[in-house]
This record gives sequence, C-alpha cells and structure tokens, in this order.
Amino acid sequence: MTGKRGITSPLRTAIAVVVLALAAGATPAAAGDDIAPDVPEARKGEHCVKPVPYMRRNHMDMLKHKRDKTMHKGQRKKKYSLKRCMDCHAVKGDDGDFVTAKSDKHFCNVCHDTAAVNPDCFSCHASTPGGELKVQSKEASR
Amino acid sequence: MTNRIRYHTIDNSPGFWAIFVLFLILSAIGLGAAFYMEHHGHWVTGMSQNVVWGTPHVFAVFLIVAASGALNTASIGSVFGRKPYKPLAPLSALLAGALLIGGLAVLVLDLGRPDRLVIAMTHYNFRSIFAWNIFLYTGFLVVLLAYIWTMLDRNVKAYSTPVGFIGFLWRLVLTTGTGSIFGFLVGRAAYDAAIMAPMFIAMSFSFGTALYILCMLAIMVGNGRPVGDELVARMAKLLGVFVAGSLFFVAVHHLTNIYGPETRGLEAFLLLDGGIYTSLFWLGFVLLGSVVPMVLFFHPATNRSFSMVSLGAVLVVLGGLAEIYVIIIGGQAVPQVLFPGYEVSSSFFDGSVAYYAPSWPEVLLGISGFAMAFLVVALGVKVLRFMPHSLADPLVDAHFKGKADKARGGDAAQAQTA
Amino acid sequence: MTEAPHNDTPALADEARRRFLKRAGLTAGFSLFAGSALAAGLPKALDEATSSERRWGILVDAGKCPEGCTACVDACFEEMGIEGPRVGDNHSRPDQDSQWIRKVSLKNEDTGHALALPVMCQHCTYPPCVDVCPTGASFKRADGIVLVDRHVCIGCRYCIMACPYKARCFVHEAIHDQEPYMPRGKGTAEGCTMCVHRIDHGMKPACVVACHEEGAGAMTFGDTNDPESAIAGKLRDNTTSAIRADLGTEPGIRYMGI
Ligand code: HEC
Ligand code: HEC
Ligand code: HEC
Repeated sequence: MTGKRGITSPLRTAIAVVVLALAAGATPAAAGDDIAPDVPEARKGEHCVKPVPYMRRNHMDMLKHKRDKTMHKGQRKKKYSLKRCMDCHAVKGDDGDFVTAKSDKHFCNVCHDTAAVNPDCFSCHASTPGGELKVQSKEASR
Repeated sequence: MTNRIRYHTIDNSPGFWAIFVLFLILSAIGLGAAFYMEHHGHWVTGMSQNVVWGTPHVFAVFLIVAASGALNTASIGSVFGRKPYKPLAPLSALLAGALLIGGLAVLVLDLGRPDRLVIAMTHYNFRSIFAWNIFLYTGFLVVLLAYIWTMLDRNVKAYSTPVGFIGFLWRLVLTTGTGSIFGFLVGRAAYDAAIMAPMFIAMSFSFGTALYILCMLAIMVGNGRPVGDELVARMAKLLGVFVAGSLFFVAVHHLTNIYGPETRGLEAFLLLDGGIYTSLFWLGFVLLGSVVPMVLFFHPATNRSFSMVSLGAVLVVLGGLAEIYVIIIGGQAVPQVLFPGYEVSSSFFDGSVAYYAPSWPEVLLGISGFAMAFLVVALGVKVLRFMPHSLADPLVDAHFKGKADKARGGDAAQAQTA
Repeated sequence: MTEAPHNDTPALADEARRRFLKRAGLTAGFSLFAGSALAAGLPKALDEATSSERRWGILVDAGKCPEGCTACVDACFEEMGIEGPRVGDNHSRPDQDSQWIRKVSLKNEDTGHALALPVMCQHCTYPPCVDVCPTGASFKRADGIVLVDRHVCIGCRYCIMACPYKARCFVHEAIHDQEPYMPRGKGTAEGCTMCVHRIDHGMKPACVVACHEEGAGAMTFGDTNDPESAIAGKLRDNTTSAIRADLGTEPGIRYMGI
C-alpha cells in the first residue's frame, strides 16, 4: 500500500510546488521577499526543506499545516516539523550556547523583528535543538 | 400637550461628568488589573487548579444574567402591553446591552489567552454551550440595537412591538444558555441539574430589575426630572415578586440536593459548615439580599420612598453577587467525588475543600465590569434621547391620577408640563 | 502536501495487521525494529494518520499499586518537563501547579479497606471536556486519545470545570525550558496526553514504562481493540471498572481492584 503512495507523492509534490511557485510569483513582493536582513546561516552542507524563496513566503502556512497534521492525526514524519527547523537553524551566541527565542539573534526572530510580526510559538515550543526523550526504557524490547 | 411624554438627552452638569469620569477611571483600573494578570499569568490571582473560575466569573456571570433581566421593564411595556412601562423601555434596552458588554468584557479579559479572541470568533464547536452563547450574546446585542432604533426613530416605531417580542424570547434563550453552562456539567454534583437554567432566568428577572430601578432613579432624580411614587411602588412590588421567585428556585435546588444521599454532603457544606460560603448564602443572599428587600418592597410605608426602594435594590444586587459567588466558587470548593464511599487524599488536593481568596486584581476587574456597563449607559443617555422628561404618575398612567397627584422631585420640570 | 492523509479502510488496516504479525513472527531480525512497536500494540508508520482501528488504553491494577510509590508520577513529570510540583522553582502556589497524573490514596469509609492508585486523564470515549470546549481545542484523536490542541485553546477553563476526574490543568505562569517534544505554555489548558509523542513512535507511555521498571508493574498499556494484545487479554479475563462509570464517559483508562 505504500508503493502506490510512493509513486504519486513526488509527482504531486512537484505539481504543487510548481503551482505554488507560480502563485507566489504572481503575488507582488509579498511576505519575506522584501525583507532580507542578515539571516543567520543554517547548518552547512544541507539545503532547506524547500527552496528558499518558497520558505520565505510560505513557512507559516507549512508550519500550520504540519501542526494540524501532527496534533490531530499523529502524523509525525520529521521533515517539516517545527522541532526539526531548530536542528538546522539553531544559532550559537557569544557564550557558545544556542540562543533561545528571547534573543534577537534567534533565527526565527531576525526577519520577524523587521516584519513586525510576533508569532507566539516559542512561548510553548522549545527554541533550541535537542530533545532526547527523558524516560528511556532500559529494556528496549519491552 | 399635558400627557405627552417627551424624551431628552441628559443635560451637562458637573455631577454627570464627575460620575462619568469615575466610571472611566474604574474601567481603566480594571483594564490595568486584567493586563497585570495577563502579563504574569493566573498565579497572581486566587484561582488554582481547583477553583479555576474565580471572582471575575462571579461578576461576569452576574452582569450577563442581569443584562437579560434588565430588559424586563421594556418587555412588560411592549410584549405585555402595560402602558406605564412604555416610557421606561428605551433605558431598559440600553441597560441590558450595557450590562452584557460589561459582563462579556470581564469574561474575555479573564481568559488565559485573551489575545486569541479571534480564534473564539472563528473556531466553533457546536456541541459546546459556550460556543452557542457567543452567538446568543452577540445576537442579543444586535436585537437590542434594532429595538432601540425602533423606539427612538418615529419612522420605524411600528416595528417596536415585534422587535421587542423577539428581544423577550431571545433573552429567555440567552439566560437558559448561561444557566446551562453550569447545568450541563455532569461531573460536578454542585451544578449538574436542569434547574440551573430556570433558576438563572428567575435570578435574571430580579437582578436586572433591581439594576434597572437603580439606574432609572439615579438618572431621573439626579437630573431633576420627576418620578411618580406610584410608579416606583409598582416597580418595587414587581421586583419583590422576582426576588421571591429566585429564592424559590434556589430553595428547590437545595431541597432536591438534600433529598438525594449523594449530594447531601455537598449541601451540608454549602448550607451548614462551609464557612464563608454558608455565611454568604444565609446572610448575604437569603437575609440581606432577599428577605429584607422584600419587606422594603412590599411594605406600604417603605415602597414609596425612593431611598428605601433604592436600598432594597442595592441589597438585591449585593445578595445576588453573594449567591453567584456561592454557586461558582462554593461549587468548585467542594471536592469532586471520584470514588463514592471512599475517603480520598492526594498531592492534588483530592477530597479536600479548595481554598480560594479573591485577589485585588480579580476584584478590580470584576468591578470594572459594572463601571464599563454604567459608562455605556451614561454615554447613551447623554447622546441619545433615552430618558423621558418626566415620569410623574399622571403622565405615565391616567389611573394613577386619583391615587397620587403629587410627584416628587423636579418641580420645575413638572411646572413646565402642567 | 507530500504527506497526503492516507485513509485506511478497515479492511486494509486489518490486512496490514495480519501481514505484520505474520512477518514479525517469521523474521527474527525484524524484531530489532519491531520490538518496541510490537509491545505497544500495532505499528503505525510515522506518517500514517491515526485511525479508529486502534483504541489505546491503560489498565491499572490497584491491587498491585503500593501506597507511597510514585514511579509513574515522577516519570510523567520528568518526561513532560513539569517542574513545578517537584521542584517548586516557580511562582505558582502548590495548588496552582499542574499535575497530569497523581497518586490518590483511598480508604473505604465503612470497611477501612485502603488502596492507592494513579489518576490521570481517563481518555474517555465520550469526553465531557471535548463537548464543552467552545473552540474545539479539546478533541479526541481517532485512536481514542484525548488532547488539547493548544494552538486554538483560549484558556477559558470550561474543560477543567467539565472534567469529572479533575484531570485537566491550567498553566498559571510562563514556562521555560520545555522539553522540545512537549510544548507547554501559559494561559492554556493541558493534561495527560497518554504520551502521544511516544505512542506515535511505537513506544509506551512514560508512566507505564516507569511502573514496570521502577514500580510494581501495575500498569498495562495497549490497544484494547486488538484481541491479541496483553491489555485486551487482561480486560477479558478480569473484572475491571472505570472511575465514575455511572457517568457513561467510557474511559480508556480502566482499573482492577476498586
Ligand atoms: C536540513 C536542514 C534544514 C532544515 C530541517 C530546515 N532548514 Fe531552513 N534552511 C536550511 C538552509 C541550509 C538554508 C539556506 C538556504 C539553502 O541553502 O537552502 C535555509 C533557509 C531557510 C529560510 C530562508 C532564509 C533566508 O535566507 O531568507 C527560511 C525562512 C527557512 N530556512 C525556514 C525553515 C523552517 C521554517 C524550517 C522548519 C520547517 C526549516 N527551515 C528547516 C536548512 C534547513
Ligand atoms: C526570511 C525571513 C524569515 C525567517 C527566517 C522566518 N520568518 Fe516567519 N515570517 C516572516 C515574515 C515576513 C512573516 C510575516 C508574513 C505576513 O506578514 O503575512 C512571517 C510570519 C510567520 C508566522 C505567522 C505569524 C502571524 O502572526 O501570522 C509564523 C508562525 C512564522 N513566521 C514562524 C516562523 C518560524 C517558526 C521561524 C523559524 C524557524 C521563522 N518564521 C523564520 C519571515 C521569516
Ligand atoms: C500554547 C502552547 C503552544 C503554542 C503557543 C504553540 N504550540 Fe505548537 N504545539 C503545541 C503542542 C502541545 C503540540 C503537540 C506536541 C506533540 O503532540 O508532540 C504542538 C505541536 C506543533 C507542531 C507539530 C510538532 C512539531 O514539532 O512539528 C507544529 C508544527 C507546531 N506545533 C507549530 C506551532 C507554531 C507554528 C506555533 C506558533 C504560531 C505554535 N506551534 C505555537 C503547543 C503550542
């Protein structure tokens, strides 16, 4: 049953990306594009989960979509999860530790401060990478 | 033009502006208190995991219940065709809307996330009586606006009776909804009862009429406009009946609970050894909030005296607040029974009476609900012609003429009419 | 959008289950992956939507649960980053701290019989908190887990009023250093999630793991819809009951020995 999905989903993604890219192109300089402060560098040698222009414009909708899928349907593939954004986009402060969302150096804050949006995500979500489960079963097979 | 009532806005006077500014300050203090609680979180309040609805809810529920009852006076005039009540109707509708706005403001400002109000307006779960209430409350405001319009604009006057009727039905449904917020709580013995809805309706009649009488007298007398003794005595007696009505429903609710062994412990707590809740119930609601006012309202020696009737109405309001306090806070203070027949204890306060003491910000926010409501009323009567120039008995109802031909207060205004 | 929701038809899922069980039985090496997943009932692909084919539940054997043991409670607080009641490092008073699970001590008023048991969100089939929630933030997943979608919670606290089990909490102050897998924040309602974040990865809830490894092994977790599961077997073979069964909420947490 996964086989069928396996074939169609990249195709569907491709179509969706093209459609969305076109739509995005048609919108005159919307969110993100005109805001290009010094965005902190992400982890080297990797690319974002989607092309950068797409990310700039659509990360809020992606996150919202993912949020509803995870909350309500328990779909937890990591790719688009908010938790994973931090894996690549965490920024180190002067003290060598990762900065939290309190700092204006935090990846998610650099543009938002300029764009004057203030999403509340990090009042609940951890804003630094990590996340080993605290309670680990000693006998993995139990 | 002797027996034609004219409606005027309120004159400029230092007294009016002083009161206006007072309400403005109280409202601002309430907003400040809400901001303080919001900024720090609810730990700065008396609320806890056991008592999650605190003093703001007491005020909010009281105001919302009273809002629906404030429309009584108008309904009696337009729906039941009692002529003396007709000139009283515009203020009645204004007060109803104002109280509702005050109550809702308090309710919203006490949310954990008031910043997410938009979500409350866009996400609905129609199994929730809360969600229904959002529509009932906003719809009521719309109906009231229409009603006020039909009363103040001669061109659409013809519609005022049908719109008044809709308003009457609407507010019955509205208070049923408010009562059912509690009535539908299956997991809490203190609330889970169908009588909650009619009980709240009875209370709305009494709280709303009391606030109406107070507002009407304050505005009329304060502006030197005459008010007839007979009219006041009539309204006082009506309020007395409403007070008896809510006392009746409260009594039936308690009796039913005393009868069932399951809820006897709960009643023993509320009525006998609940400390503050027991005192608030017997002294606050029953004695001072019901019995004393009823005497004042029915006794011919007092029910023509404006000050005695006002005193009675103030007592009804305070007694009502006490009763809502007992219902909301007392009902949460009683331990929830998870294991009937067992003595229970836990780190989470299972089985023990919850402690609650109101904090200042909560009280200030609650009071600001009243202030906001009265601010709306003050603004309303200042800019629109809500208030009759006189409510002297002969003007209000020809039948009153023989009985009492003197109307007190505002002799000047009366001389003008005569 | 790549992760289009995948609708299980009952037949498909059934088939998958049979196939899975067969494969798991045949392939020894498979158990490396399947180990925890199998133990937790049925495996769910990470990106598969939950379905009502499963009904997660916990059976608590009160007879085995010793007074004074708080392994489950400690594990829960540890896992979820609930510091308040343990550390007292926050502003809230003790009665304002969240406790997603608590040990309740009972003593029969007539007979004096004493017992202790953990109480947490009972994950009702007919949850009153879900009915009353004005925005739909309180909801039940297809597999029976009752959650708060804290993204749409306005903090009205009606769910806490409605819960017959005293199992919902309200966050009274700003929280810091949350566990990355368990966001929590001021002004919203919260409660036991049955460790969805673990279950979706094929693991058991933290309390159940701790109960087995540090406690007395009084808790059994699993899919009550799966007749092969340990929990379904125990439910079949023993007299069990639910807290306030009279309310008809049909909890997913069941108790033995009360
Ligand atoms: C695998 C690592 C990785 C993950 C996971 C990741 N990103 Fe990225 N992201 C990058 C890199 C690398 C860039 C720099 C551009 C590039 O090379 O693609 C980038 C760029 C971006 C940009 C554009 C910044 C600019 O220069 O304007 C945004 C916005 C962004 N990411 C948001 C997100 C969000 C939101 C998530 C979580 C859903 C996320 N990223 C997850 C690696 C990642
Ligand atoms: C390239 C700049 C940029 C980066 C980096 C960025 N954002 Fe944004 N984000 C924006 C802009 C611009 C908006 C406002 C869009 C609008 O006005 O509609 C926005 C809006 C949002 C919103 C919606 C807010 C609202 O009130 O509607 C969310 C949620 C969000 N971003 C999350 C994130 C997260 C989480 C990260 C870090 C992983 C992040 N963003 C990083 C530019 C960025
Ligand atoms: C009041 C607390 C709270 C706030 C505020 C909040 N979340 Fe969440 N979020 C949660 C909880 C709880 C979960 C569920 C975690 C789980 O089940 O694993 C979650 C899960 C998610 C997930 C899926 C899990 C993941 O890591 O990908 C996404 C995506 C998400 N939230 C996005 C957001 C975004 C974007 C914002 C800001 C606009 C936000 N959240 C604000 C509490 C919050």
